[in-house]
Order: sequence, then C-alpha cells, then structure tokens
Amino acid sequence: MSPPLLDVEGDGQGNVSLMTSVSSMESIFQKNAGLTERNYLGLSDCSSVDSSAVSGISDVKRNNLNLKATELRLGLPGSQSPERDPDADLASSESLDEKPLFPLLPSKDGICSGSQKIFVSGNKRGFSDTIDEGKWMFGSSGTDSDTSNVNVKISPGVQPAMIKDATSKVASQEKTHATFGTNLNKVNASNPPAAKAQVVGWPPVRSFRKNILATNSKTNDEVDGKPGPGALFVKVSMDGAPYLRKVDLRSYTTYQQLSSALEKMFSCFTLGQCGSQGAPGRESLSESKLRDLLHGSEYVLTYEDKDGDWMLVGDVPWDMFIGSCKRLKIMKGSDAIGLAPRAMEKSKNRS
Amino acid sequence: MDLNQKRTRTVDRVDSVDPDLVSPESTPMCPFPDEVLEPVLSLINSHKDRSSVSLVCKDWYNAERWSRRHVFIGNCYSVSPEIVVGRFPKIRSVTLKGKPRFSDFNLVPEDWGADVYPWLSVLAKAYPFLEELRLKRMAVSDESLEFLAMNFPEFKALSLLSCDGFSTDGLKAIATHCRNLAELDIQENGIDDLGGDWLSCFPETLTTLQVLNFASLNSEVSFSDLEKLVTRCKSLRVLKVNRTINLDQLQKLLLRAPQLTELGTGTFTQDLVTRPVADLEATFGSCKNLLTISGLWDTNSLYLPVIYPACASLTFLNLSCAALRSFELAMLLIHCKSLRRLWVLDTVGDMGLEAVGSWCPLLEELRVFPADPFEQENVAGVTESGFVAVSRGCPKLHYVLYFCHQMTNAAVATVVQNCPGFTHFRLCIMNLGQPDYVTNEPMDEAFGAVVRTCPNLQRLAVSGLLTDLTFEYIGKYAKNLEILSVAFAGSSDLGLKYVLGGCPRLRKLEIRDCPFGNAALLSGLTKYESMRSLWMSACNLTMNGCRVLAKEMPRLNVEVMKDEDSEDSQAHKVYIYRTVAGPRRDAPPFVLTL
Repeated sequence: MSPPLLDVEGDGQGNVSLMTSVSSMESIFQKNAGLTERNYLGLSDCSSVDSSAVSGISDVKRNNLNLKATELRLGLPGSQSPERDPDADLASSESLDEKPLFPLLPSKDGICSGSQKIFVSGNKRGFSDTIDEGKWMFGSSGTDSDTSNVNVKISPGVQPAMIKDATSKVASQEKTHATFGTNLNKVNASNPPAAKAQVVGWPPVRSFRKNILATNSKTNDEVDGKPGPGALFVKVSMDGAPYLRKVDLRSYTTYQQLSSALEKMFSCFTLGQCGSQGAPGRESLSESKLRDLLHGSEYVLTYEDKDGDWMLVGDVPWDMFIGSCKRLKIMKGSDAIGLAPRAMEKSKNRS
Repeated sequence: MDLNQKRTRTVDRVDSVDPDLVSPESTPMCPFPDEVLEPVLSLINSHKDRSSVSLVCKDWYNAERWSRRHVFIGNCYSVSPEIVVGRFPKIRSVTLKGKPRFSDFNLVPEDWGADVYPWLSVLAKAYPFLEELRLKRMAVSDESLEFLAMNFPEFKALSLLSCDGFSTDGLKAIATHCRNLAELDIQENGIDDLGGDWLSCFPETLTTLQVLNFASLNSEVSFSDLEKLVTRCKSLRVLKVNRTINLDQLQKLLLRAPQLTELGTGTFTQDLVTRPVADLEATFGSCKNLLTISGLWDTNSLYLPVIYPACASLTFLNLSCAALRSFELAMLLIHCKSLRRLWVLDTVGDMGLEAVGSWCPLLEELRVFPADPFEQENVAGVTESGFVAVSRGCPKLHYVLYFCHQMTNAAVATVVQNCPGFTHFRLCIMNLGQPDYVTNEPMDEAFGAVVRTCPNLQRLAVSGLLTDLTFEYIGKYAKNLEILSVAFAGSSDLGLKYVLGGCPRLRKLEIRDCPFGNAALLSGLTKYESMRSLWMSACNLTMNGCRVLAKEMPRLNVEVMKDEDSEDSQAHKVYIYRTVAGPRRDAPPFVLTL
C-alpha cells in the first residue's frame, strides 16, 4: 500500500504516476480517463459522488479511488468485492463477519457520507489511516438500531495483549476502545476524535428497546426546548386566543395534516362559542364546525416567511414551505382582507 | 381414574433429566395410597420440586406424571415433543424456550431454528384440550398461530415473548377462533406489523379476556372495538395498550375497567386539551386495584402527575419507555411508598436514583436502562454514585440490572455491603474493557465483593476490565450461582477453568469474546450434563476441541455455527446443551452438530 494514495484529494493528473506500481491497473485507468465513472465502490448512496462527480471531484481521484480499492483488495486476504452494497441491512447477524470494504478517503467532499458502514476484522490490519473525520453513523442519534452497527470481529488472540495495554496506560475511554479491535482510531490531528467502532450485540440492549429510546430522546428534547435532530417547531398564534401553541412542522407531510392538527389544537377556543362539550359525539361535531369556520371566510391560515412577509399557507410545495416558515398565524378573515378572496378560492379547491 | 390401570403403565425413562429410579417397588417404602398421593402432589407447582418428587420411587414417579398439568421446557431441543407427551398424559399448559439468550442481541443468525410448529403438531394429538402456551425465543409463523387457533378448542392463554417470524395476520387467527381466550400477551417480538385490524377480529361473544398486552405493536387499532372489548370483558385485569392510544382514549378505557390491576398506557401526553387534567387524575384515583403501571411514552411534567393518586399501592412501575428527568422521577416517587420493582431509563441520572433511595424503602428490584446505548461521547446517564445511593436507601434490594459508563470497585463493594441479599446482579459497564475509573485497576474486586458478600446469588452478569481473578472469585465463592454472563473478559483459559471447577449449581453459561480456548472448554467435560446450556462465541475454540468434547460426551449436542469468512478450523460460535433427543434434525446448513 502506498500512503501517498491517501492524499489524493485536490491533486490532478499528477497522481497517475503513483499508480505505476500496479501496472495492469494503469492501462485500465488510462482507458477510463475519458469515460463515465464506474461506480465500483458502491458509492451511489453518496450524493456528492454521483451528482458532483465532475464538479467536486476530479476523474482522476475517482478512478484513484477505484484503483486504490483494487490495490488494497489484492493486498488483504478475503477483502470484500467492491460491488458489495455498503448499505445492505446488517441487522441480521448473518453478516456478522463482513470483511473490510473499500477504505474511506479523508475527503472534504463528504464522500464518506453518514450512511457508510465500515467492517473491520479485528485480526487483520484495518484501514487505520484512512478514516474520515468522524462522519460515521453509529446510531449515535439512536434512530438507527441495528443497521448502523459496525461489525468488529474481535479476535480473542489479539485480546490479551490489548488488555495488558489497557491496564498499563491511563485508561481513558478512547484508549480502551482503541484496544478492542478498532484499528481505526488513528485520525488526523485536526479532526475530532473518531467515533468508536461498534460491536455487534453490544451493549446488550434488546432491539425493541433501542427504538423506543430513540423516539423518546427526540421527545425529551422537545420538552427541553432544544429541537431534536428532526423537529422544527414554530409558534402558532390565533387571533383571540389567550396563548400561543407550537407545532412541529416536520411531524406532518401535507398541508392537510397540518390543517387538521391546527383545527384540533385550536378548537377549544372557538368551541367556547359553541357551548359546552358534553358527550364525546359532540367533539366531532364541534370540530367540523371549526373546519367550516376555518375554511369559510372566518379564518385564514398564514405564515411569516424568512423575509418577514406574511404569506398564505398552501401556495408552495410542502417542503419549500417548511423550509421558509418562521411562524404561523390563524388570522380572522376581516384582518386578511387582502388574502381572503384567494383563501375562499383555495378552500373551495381544497375540499 | 382407575388406579390399577395406572400402575401397569410402563415408565418412561428420561435419562439426563432423570437418573435411574432408586428403589424397587415395595409397599413399605411407599405407604401412601394414590388417593392421598395424588391430591397432595397436585398442589406442587414448581417444576423443580416436581422433578425431585418424580425421583423418589416408581409410585411417586407415576403419580407425579399423571398429576402434572404444566410442563416447562427450558430448551426446546433438550427433549423431543414425543418424549414429553409420552411421559405426561394430562398436560394443560406448556412453556417452551428456544433460542439461546444472545439471539436477543443479534448473535444468532436467522433461521437458526426453534420452530414451534413441530411441537404444535404433536401437542395437538396428545393434548387436544391444551389451554396455555407460553413461548420465549421461539420461531413462530403465522401458520403455526393458525394451527394453534384451529386445533385447540379449549385454548385460553397465549404468551409470546421475544419470538419472531409471525405477523399480525397470525394474531387475527387467534382472535377469531379462540372462543375462550383469556390471555393474549405479545411482548417484544420480531413481529411483522401489518395493521391493527387483528383486534377487531375478537368476536362480540368473547367476554373471557383477562390479559391483553399489545404494547409492543405499532399499528393503530380500532378504538371503538377496543373499548367495546374492554367493556364486555368484566374480568379484565391486565391491559397494556400500544403507543397509538392517546390520553383521552385511555381515560375512556379506565372508566370502563376500573378493576384493572396492571395497566400499560399509550402515549402519555397530548396537544389537544379537551378535558382538564384533573379529570384524568380523578380517573386514576378511581382505579383502586392498580399494582403495575407501564407505558407512559412521551410523558412530561404536565401529565405524569395524573397518575399520583394511583401510586400509593403500586408495586411495580415500569418507566423504561419514559425519558424522565431526575426531578420528575423524584416528584413521582414521593407518592410510591409501596414500590417493590422499578424500571427506569438512565435519563433520571444519579439524582433520580438518590430519590429512589429516599422514597422507596421497600424496593426489591431496580433496572436502569440506557436511553442512548450507542452514544459514546457526552453521555450523561448514571454512575456509581447513583448505584450506591439506591443501596443505602433500599436494603431489600435483591435484583439489579444497571447500565452505566463508569464504575468503581469501592462503589460495588459498598452496594453489596448495604444489600447482601442480592440474587440477581447484572452490571453492564457499557464501555468495553473499562477499568475502575478512579484507580485504573480491573473490576475484579467489585465482582469478588459481590460473590463473597451475597451467598444467595443466582444470576451474575459481569463487565468492565476483568482478569482471571474475577473468575477465581466466582468459582470459589458463588455456590448458588445458576446463570453467568461474560463478555470481553478474562485473560486466559484459567478464567473459564475456575468457573467450571467451582459453581456447583451452574445451569446456564454464556460467554462472548473472551480468550478461553479448548483446554478450558474440556476442563468442564463432566459439568455440562448438569447444565442446561453453554454458549461461547468469538473465543479461542477450534473445531478439533469441539469434536473432542462431542466424542467424550455423547449426550450433549455440540453445535458449531459456521461463518462464511472464519477459517475452517475455528469454532466461532459454539452452543452446547444436554439433550435426550439426539442431534437436531432441523438444523440449518450453517449449524454443524459434531
């Protein structure tokens, strides 16, 4: 293995010379220079690779990747073939002992997106010097259960020495991890410490529990006021209501869902006008009354966008909407005179 | 029943479970006529006691087998269904366990086995009036569930824990056809959740339901059907709904079933406030019989207090789905003075555990689960000080499962000093090979203290940086130890040799990623027949070592699971268990029986 290969990024054609050690590859490389990239390494899930192959990464580098992978594959017994899909679901432990895949370049382009998984056989030399700057998805967000586990086959033969290492050094958490077959820990000094490789079935937590915990941690963050990774909370005000509410826009996927959620949320304010609640049957009745109120000329749903303008909800595609929405307001029709005619038109179209 | 007829039946011999019967049949040895013996024996329910009874003499063996109504099979491959039905003619309830426990953590490949269907087909012929079936870690298909529903007209209770291979379609079959169903308990399974309409398959005529647990299913069920079901089943005592049931719906259910003793709530927060929280609180207050509350997903400081009125009589509180913070837990526990069992997430922190020590003096069991098991940096969670705090306040503590990131030998020693009655001590230091973080020494002394101080210890799980010394302690002092779990520990063969040389009561030993080799394995030759099973994965075993064992001990099944990449001579995953049924006939290609 030639270490200079790893510093390929940013270099141009000059790297061709580094390939001379693999003479057969060289001819392939030159043939490929003018052709479309072949996705030998299964990098299709890295959007940066696919779409920006021309812009972000030089052909040379891409091909260098291929060659490098090939070269390393030859060097290591039993390595994976590059066609292997790195995103194959590894939840089943049939894939427990996956071989090392292609090494990840420490690329700024984010070639190594979060969905890559690395498999290291503890006995064999891992790709210790090819680790990305911690862009690993180890399920640290807790959302992915088994699929984000990294397999580390810890060979017991290696272990006694490692244990001695651990006891003799100051056992910081990182060091300890380093000794357990994770030959992946050597990173560039400028990078944050590499995430530890995970071990199948450790910690011994049942899979149903992993899922529960993931969604709970998100919820807990909501309570703390810090949005979790997926939540997008915006204030919702309604004219005449004594207090505002907050909704998580990311928990809806259509305007219809948002609209019905808001109806439910604010029905208690308008229901006050309709009389007491009483039997459960009345709820749906009152909600439909509210719906009529909202869809009629009485109320209009508007939002304030990034520029500070008040816009009518429903004009733009949903994704664009949640990208630009800062807060919501349920306006009385009388306040929304300028928007009201369109609102009526919209509500007719919607229903 | 014709007693003379019984006496002439031949006795089944079950070898490794049952050594040869001792005494010849002679009346002076057995003065009790069957009319006396039978009713007395029928009061014995523990299967261990029944085993002992059956060993006394032939008369007792016969009386016992005729009076047994429930059979417990801890390893479905240790015996064949034919042998079971041959020995016990009048069984009404079967409990079956299948895969090794490490299958919960994805260490056992799919299609390994433990299919319940072969059992069902034999049971259907022998016990057409079977009433109860409890399965743990078995492979259950929809076909099996349909077969069960159609072939056992008296079927009453189904409990599936950690099973996989079935979908909600199988549940539909159970709900539709089991006219006398009293218990449906679905927990933590690998189930294909295709929708919630299985619940609507319960017929209008079904009124016998006592236990309904579908907390682990994800799909929404028809609430009106659920409400009607709860209303007409007046004997319902256990109801655990899933997360899709909201607070309003829960309240309606509680109003219909105030007699519940165990409640699993759905999501315990809401956006829409239709009724004041006080209403919900009053409803909980009206449930005078509640002993267990679980569920409580998504709950927070606003809604958790509604359960306070029901807390005074609670004995078991399962908060392992609710990411509570320390003060929320503390405020709650003030009301829970009768609590005996508590499960929490480590979000409660050490301060939450101090509250446990302060308010729950009767506590016997504590389980602290990690909220974020894979997060290795910036982790909060619990530490050794929380553990010590609980032990100080809860002297009756005898069962602990504790996930943490750091621990010290001194803390563990203090804990067991405070609570010497431990029967189950399961400590999981989540960082592999982590030593005592204060002294940097291995955690040997911690577990040494545990086994020395706790004479009643039955189950132990060790973790952290451990040398052979830990196992020397275990082998020497843990006289009552039955279950031992070891991962990433030990320095040499000696470790395993110590354990196999001591621990006279050892039944289940599961080991992963330890440097134990063939010499250690073979040192326990004579022990394995007295154990249920031994699991060793990612250790230093070779095929040759396993072959030697298999040759010396023909009444053990020595199974090796092959991996694609591991070298042929290495035995990467080994599962050894005693059996009277011989080698498995349904072993998949990757399982070699030596």
